[in-house]
Amino acid sequence: MSIQVSTTINGDRVDFICEADESLLDALRNRVGLTGAKEGCGTGDCGACSVSLDGRIVCSCLVLGAEAEGRGIDTIEGMSDGAILHPLQRKFLEHGALQCGICTPGFLMAAQAVLKKNPNPSEEEIRFGLAGNLCRCTGYDKIVRAVQDAALEMRGA
Amino acid sequence: MPLDTAFTGQKFASVGTRPIRPDGIDKVTGRARYGADTTAPGQLVGLILRSPHAHARIKKIDISKAEKLPGVKAVLTSADLPDLTEGDKSMFDVLENCMARTTVFYEGHAVAAVAAIDAKTAKQALKLIKVDYEILPHVTDVDEAMSPKAPVLHPKMFTIGMEPRPKKASNIAKRTEYGHGDVEAGFAEADHIIKESFKTEQTHQGYIEPHACLATIGPDGQGELWVCTQGHFVYRNTCAQLLGMDVAKLKVTASEIGGGFGGKTHVWAEPVALALSRKANRPVKIVMSREEVFRASGPTSSTSIDVKIGVKNDGTITAAQAELRYQGGPYLGMWAELGAMTSFACYDLKNVKSVGYEVLVNRPKVAAYRAPSAPMAAFAVESVIDDLARKIGMDPIAFRIKNAAKQGTKSSYGPVYGPIGIGPTLEAAQNHPHMKAPLGKNQGRGMACGFWFNFGGQTCTDINIGIDGTVSLTVGTIDVGGSRAALSLVAAEELGVPYSQIKCNIADTGSLGHNDMTDGSRGTFSSSMATVFAARNAIKVLRDRAAQMMEIPVDDVVWEDGHAKAKGDSHGNLAPLSLKDIAAAAGNTGGPIAGHNEIVADGAGVSFATHICDVEVDPETGSTKVLRYTVIQDAGKAVHPTYVEGQYQGGAAQGIGWALNEEYIYGKDGRLQNAGFLDYRMPVCSDLPFIDTVILEIPNPNHPYGVRGVGETSIVPPLGAIGNAVSNAIGIRMNHAPMSPPRILKAIEGAKKH
Amino acid sequence: MAEIHLWGALRPAAGGASSVEVEAADIREMFRKLEERYPGMASHIARGVAVSINGKIYRDSWSEKLPGDAEIYLLPRIQGG
Repeated sequence: MSIQVSTTINGDRVDFICEADESLLDALRNRVGLTGAKEGCGTGDCGACSVSLDGRIVCSCLVLGAEAEGRGIDTIEGMSDGAILHPLQRKFLEHGALQCGICTPGFLMAAQAVLKKNPNPSEEEIRFGLAGNLCRCTGYDKIVRAVQDAALEMRGA
Repeated sequence: MPLDTAFTGQKFASVGTRPIRPDGIDKVTGRARYGADTTAPGQLVGLILRSPHAHARIKKIDISKAEKLPGVKAVLTSADLPDLTEGDKSMFDVLENCMARTTVFYEGHAVAAVAAIDAKTAKQALKLIKVDYEILPHVTDVDEAMSPKAPVLHPKMFTIGMEPRPKKASNIAKRTEYGHGDVEAGFAEADHIIKESFKTEQTHQGYIEPHACLATIGPDGQGELWVCTQGHFVYRNTCAQLLGMDVAKLKVTASEIGGGFGGKTHVWAEPVALALSRKANRPVKIVMSREEVFRASGPTSSTSIDVKIGVKNDGTITAAQAELRYQGGPYLGMWAELGAMTSFACYDLKNVKSVGYEVLVNRPKVAAYRAPSAPMAAFAVESVIDDLARKIGMDPIAFRIKNAAKQGTKSSYGPVYGPIGIGPTLEAAQNHPHMKAPLGKNQGRGMACGFWFNFGGQTCTDINIGIDGTVSLTVGTIDVGGSRAALSLVAAEELGVPYSQIKCNIADTGSLGHNDMTDGSRGTFSSSMATVFAARNAIKVLRDRAAQMMEIPVDDVVWEDGHAKAKGDSHGNLAPLSLKDIAAAAGNTGGPIAGHNEIVADGAGVSFATHICDVEVDPETGSTKVLRYTVIQDAGKAVHPTYVEGQYQGGAAQGIGWALNEEYIYGKDGRLQNAGFLDYRMPVCSDLPFIDTVILEIPNPNHPYGVRGVGETSIVPPLGAIGNAVSNAIGIRMNHAPMSPPRILKAIEGAKKH
Repeated sequence: MAEIHLWGALRPAAGGASSVEVEAADIREMFRKLEERYPGMASHIARGVAVSINGKIYRDSWSEKLPGDAEIYLLPRIQGG
């Protein structure tokens, strides 16, 4: 059964059609063409599909496409301000906080959510705030340092 | 004429700096395209039907109903994949692993596939395929599979490497042996002997990106494959052979790769996607689910290892012996053999003997996982080394330094070592501040050494100078962790231009000559060597063009600081020519300017590392927290230090997960019980501390910049380091990895009773 | 004359010897002479044999010279991950 969904993605009005049982992740990737969110597991365990739904970070593989109706979605594609990278994006690059980069969109979304909730987190708070995202390449060291550095800059310190 | 690859000891302007990687913005904005991120007009969804049984004979497959379902464009079985392997057994194993022929050998083994207009139809079609199985008894444990009563996977498997050759078929595919000297005499000389047995469970490389590809074959037999892979040329060769295509007619484009670690050096669903596309005459996209990745790609071996080492009171090891039993899934590989080769490679031993048994079981086909087979052997050996040190009252690092291999040592796998770095890593460990950090209650410190080979391999590189003097560097080794940045630095160094003037691309198989895979820690090592020589060839051309422009003999032109300069007093007033100047005149002086290099970057050295770690074990839950972790490894020359640190940290994290929590859990039904990230527990951010790295730079004499391979070695010491740390924390030797909370609790409870 | 050390799996083809002597200037000549004298080695060589020359491992280069006094060791061709 097909459902017509009318939603806002990264500030733009978007309409798409999806199956009733289709995930928001699949709808974003296959219907809207936004492939920044990745499927790493399909079961909400790896965070590679993280997007923001009405300002709240979610695993888009655990949300139905139909649930996007009338709501606001933010994805990695909307994180930078035109050509101006978000401080988190810049710090990830400066610190080498990515190797293969597949988990990076999810981590950036999750880190943004952590800093939105707490602009001055401790190392432990960062680590637990990011514990819903799996990275297999970096051992998380440079990711945490990048988030700490971005938080510093964003606080204007 | 062979190229001079010798290390030159030059000072560097670009190499060793930390610029932003060229693919960086794409990766932080979601623009980068990975295996599943592309589409083609008319593409079909491909899905694979997999065996629910661990071991069964396929009596019949009825695809008729599936074929008739509207929207289904092709249904595939092994009948559509004729055997074109011409007696090449290992290629046949690849073919059969991609699609079972008469027998399924593990739960998850592919038996059929469909291509349909959407996922819903494809799923329905799979349900309509009727497979008639005759279920056979199965075996999944490596030691059980060796027992004479075990169900035998291959009725014609008679162990290779045993004299006399057994007449009864078994699951022991091969026996190999390495070593030298006389271990019995050595043990007779020992004052203390420790003998211990170890087990390690099966783990998966755990790359976050599942295998994904988009395959298109046209009616003219030409095809294209977009795929995440560590080796697109190797994938091309394998797929072309299995499908009976000409290699040059199959163009493989490597997508960005979301992790490989050895698991993407073999084909899994790609030949199936190509065969479906050929049958349906439409593009077919196959994306494996996470569950499929666990059940049906290539995890590493589970093992059972016995180690016996003898030592004199003065700390000299007199003999070392190991028997290593590794399972390879249903097919013969060289897993136990690699374990046998590497187990004692860190040490200078007069008497050593390692015997390896390749054992077959009803589990998925084992694939390489970052320094394949070495971590398990190191877990066993480094644990016994620590126990021996304790027995004779010697500091564990001092004991290792005393017995460490050095230049001139006959290695445990045969050849004599040239200059090697294990001594320096041990000394650096001894002097590292980590060793002085205080330890509290329930906390323990452990250290371990590790060894791995590095490879060179077939490599080629193109440098093309654009009309504006900017440089295209085209390479054929996949970038798994930032190598495009490192290679750009090398090109910048050789050409004497800024890093920002170089753009590094990874060519598809139609645009460059063959390149071996990015494995064996060879990506930056071999492509950087080829880049150096390609740049030097480009410089020869640039000097010649400059000579024409300046109207002087080419011998009077030198290349310095990115410019062609006239040397000698007679040319005093000739201004230097930049790359941009020379490129602008290229059309007049002979055409496009390029430098190529095709080499076998052979003669790569070996790699050693020492790790130190501190843990705290909660005696009530058995849970282990890693407090401190330090990696010390020789990189020869760190081209881009950030990405070398990244390799050290990433390998350590994988090893920590392997040591503490990751394992394949099989039920009595022979089915994998934990085929997902929830219950296959890899380290998350809150599990780990910052991982300290020390990059030693002892130049590799066989590379112009002294570069050594770095990617794999850092996964070898962690199991031993964590094993020693946990054992020190609880006062009990742990001999079964992963040392998960239930195992630690069991050990603690068991010790209380005695 | 170069002394070529054999890893375990090659020894049966050489009648159980752990090393053999061969006159060869480079890797290719060595393999050719070994195959001629010990036909049982041919299948291993076809599958891929790595050659260690003074501790450095060569997996492919036929033209690599065998220095007179070098320690030469034949090993299975290893794969990484």
